[in-house]
Amino acid sequence: MTTDLGIWAVPLAVLGGALRVSTPFLFVSLGECVTEKSGRINLGLEGTLVFGAMAGYGGSLLTGSPWLGVLIAGLAGVLFGLMHGAVCSLPRVNDIAVGIAMMLLGTGVAFFFGKPLIQPAAPMLPAISFGGWSDVPQLRAALEVSPLFLIGILVAVLLAFMFKRTRLGLIIRMVGDSADAARAMGYPILPVRIGATAFGGFMAGVAGAYLSLYYPGSWNEHISSGQGLIAVALVIFARWNPIACFGAALLFGGAGALGPALQSVGVTSGYYLFYAAPYILTLVILFFTSSRNRALDGAPRELSITK
Amino acid sequence: MSAIAALHDPARREESAADHESGKARPLLEAVGLTKHFGNFTALNNVSLALQAGEFHALLGENGAGKSTLVKCILGYYRPDAGDVVLDGREQTIENPRDARRLGIGMVYQHFTLVPAMTVLENLVMSRVDVPRVVDWKAERRALIRFLETMPLKVPLDTPVDRLSAGERQKTEILKQLYLGSRVLVLDEPTSVLTPDEAREVLGFLRKRARETGMAVLLITHKFAEVTAFCDRVTVLRRGIKAGQGTVADLSIADMAAMMIGERDLAEVPDREATTPGSSPVLRLEAVRSGDAATRGSIAIEALDVFAGEIVGIAGISGNGQKRLVDLLSGQEAPDAGTLLVKGEPYDASRAAAQKLKVRCLPEEPLRNACVGRMSVSDNLAFRSFDRDAEGRRIRLLDRQRMRSEAERLIAAYAVKTQSPSAPVATLSGGNVQRAVLARELQGETDLLVAANPCFGLDFGAVADIRAQLIAARNRGTAVLLVSEDLDEIVALSDRIMVMFEGRIVYECAGGAEADTTVIGGHMAGHG
Repeated sequence: MTTDLGIWAVPLAVLGGALRVSTPFLFVSLGECVTEKSGRINLGLEGTLVFGAMAGYGGSLLTGSPWLGVLIAGLAGVLFGLMHGAVCSLPRVNDIAVGIAMMLLGTGVAFFFGKPLIQPAAPMLPAISFGGWSDVPQLRAALEVSPLFLIGILVAVLLAFMFKRTRLGLIIRMVGDSADAARAMGYPILPVRIGATAFGGFMAGVAGAYLSLYYPGSWNEHISSGQGLIAVALVIFARWNPIACFGAALLFGGAGALGPALQSVGVTSGYYLFYAAPYILTLVILFFTSSRNRALDGAPRELSITK
Repeated sequence: MSAIAALHDPARREESAADHESGKARPLLEAVGLTKHFGNFTALNNVSLALQAGEFHALLGENGAGKSTLVKCILGYYRPDAGDVVLDGREQTIENPRDARRLGIGMVYQHFTLVPAMTVLENLVMSRVDVPRVVDWKAERRALIRFLETMPLKVPLDTPVDRLSAGERQKTEILKQLYLGSRVLVLDEPTSVLTPDEAREVLGFLRKRARETGMAVLLITHKFAEVTAFCDRVTVLRRGIKAGQGTVADLSIADMAAMMIGERDLAEVPDREATTPGSSPVLRLEAVRSGDAATRGSIAIEALDVFAGEIVGIAGISGNGQKRLVDLLSGQEAPDAGTLLVKGEPYDASRAAAQKLKVRCLPEEPLRNACVGRMSVSDNLAFRSFDRDAEGRRIRLLDRQRMRSEAERLIAAYAVKTQSPSAPVATLSGGNVQRAVLARELQGETDLLVAANPCFGLDFGAVADIRAQLIAARNRGTAVLLVSEDLDEIVALSDRIMVMFEGRIVYECAGGAEADTTVIGGHMAGHG
């Protein structure tokens, strides 16, 4: 059935992996991009992601519809986002500390409620095939994409448009760049930030549902391998630009697929090292994109890390 | 009710016609009997001000005279404790700056209210009250280009604000107010960030515009040159009270300086003993440059000497380089050129040099600049000496017992009110923090003491105490450099007075009763 592709199997597997693995990166980073643009950092998205995976799986199991599961996961994410946004709006509360607490809370609560969900099989999200024109089965497999991936691209484009062209987008940027100016112009600050954090939570919840309902497509306690945290670094790498977030998500997705791809062509030694590729890439990228002068070029100036 | 609706109110139009017939021009904006207290402090006491349409009005006063408080009451930043704001003959409650903007009152602040990462175009559009849901940048750009064509001030539309120079930002702020159609424009010391040419350009343009369109401009300033060159009328504030008002053409600079500075009683100070100043100076600055030339806060001092047993007072309005001078002497900045000598030796303000040459510093806001708020009074008092034993030898482990007994001695000697030596220094009142830092800086022998605004914000008792300590240090033979924005303090304490303006020493005279505050005030305002 399979055609022998030789060394070409590796880039093909990386491509397929990039398309599959990048989606959670894409959703989390787009949501975090909006949150950070408003001047807050939500490190709790890792917890939201894991909780979203559980809620999405459970929702799909109970309702029989994977799409309802995605929605339930998103709404659960909104709750986490609202909680983070509201707590950080209290005076003298640090958003990073709250984020770390929310990360532990999210994963803990997800494991607690998710215990009975490990065994049963929930209906999965469908895939759309773009490889019908090819005879090569590996290529056809690589070009199976989730509709969520396409929705993610659409959201990236819409967000870019929003930041550039709409009043809402400009208000979010204003609040994140200069609270003083926003106040002088009479724009509300806390509601905008809470709303932006809630949106970030929604996106992370959906990303979680993707993990449990599409790829890898099961619920267990090791469902996330830190995508929620890496996505925060990814937003910085993408310089708070939604379109660049998409590119960065693909890059990280491809790096994440390198290990399994090498394994599939029979590289048996050292492929564990390649499993670490996304994490090494994170460090390397942070190292090379840092510089004394323009390290935080384009960073929203109200962020607690840039102030 | 919006300003536009008010204009279309027929009853009001008749009223205004009646006013016209009686020949009495009704002011565009009037502040009546504004009073504002902050705690026990009266920042503004029953001040009234009327702005006629088309006039350029100056609000003159020293730092802390209440200029900013007055305009912030008008703009809705503060709620006045008494008094009203009347616009077009109608009393208005202005709750916040947005209300003021709706009524056509705009202000250009000293700190900018532009979003740094956004372009000029985006900033101007976002400042409007009615931003459309989806912005059509092409149309907005066309409208703004058309608007800018009518303006002599030019700013690049597509440059992010953080790449603009301070002068361009100031122009953008002014253009923003004109774009919003403000009828009353308040400028808070706008020329502090402009070069002289830019200042002439901007103020000249606004004066012309006021004449042509009937806009009223209120210019907050302490520079006489701007008042005489551009303004029609002037209101002078002194310590929260209206000290005078008049037509600029009728007033001489001496009149205005007298209103601004006032007749003053010298504060009580302890007797100064005759000291014999040494033949060579303790502190000497030669051709010192720091900061970008001609920008706010930079300095260019050709020569400054302070001898043992004298207090040299540096007078000047804040922002003329005093802060950088103190920063140089305390080691927070390094000079770009020139030499700093203490007792003839080059001084780099390092800890070693300060200990060797016995230089001590009392910076302004000592809780922030000279203390660690959460550490105890005892620890803070030991910052200069914790690594030395009683004989001045270096020690490796802290001698807690000695730190504590030293702290108790200093607390008693300088009457620092604290619960205990181990209380965090941040729990002390401002005056007691000042006393504690002074105690630390004056312990042991001090050859040079630099004090910056040592009495700022303190109550009378603390002020008398601190001043007495400075005089006592002088009497012991310490060379004291006193930098202060409070001219009374400078005159009362100094043996010699130097005036700093735009980073240079522009005037020098003797201190005490011989000093003529009117002349000094003139030099502080760049007019000498």
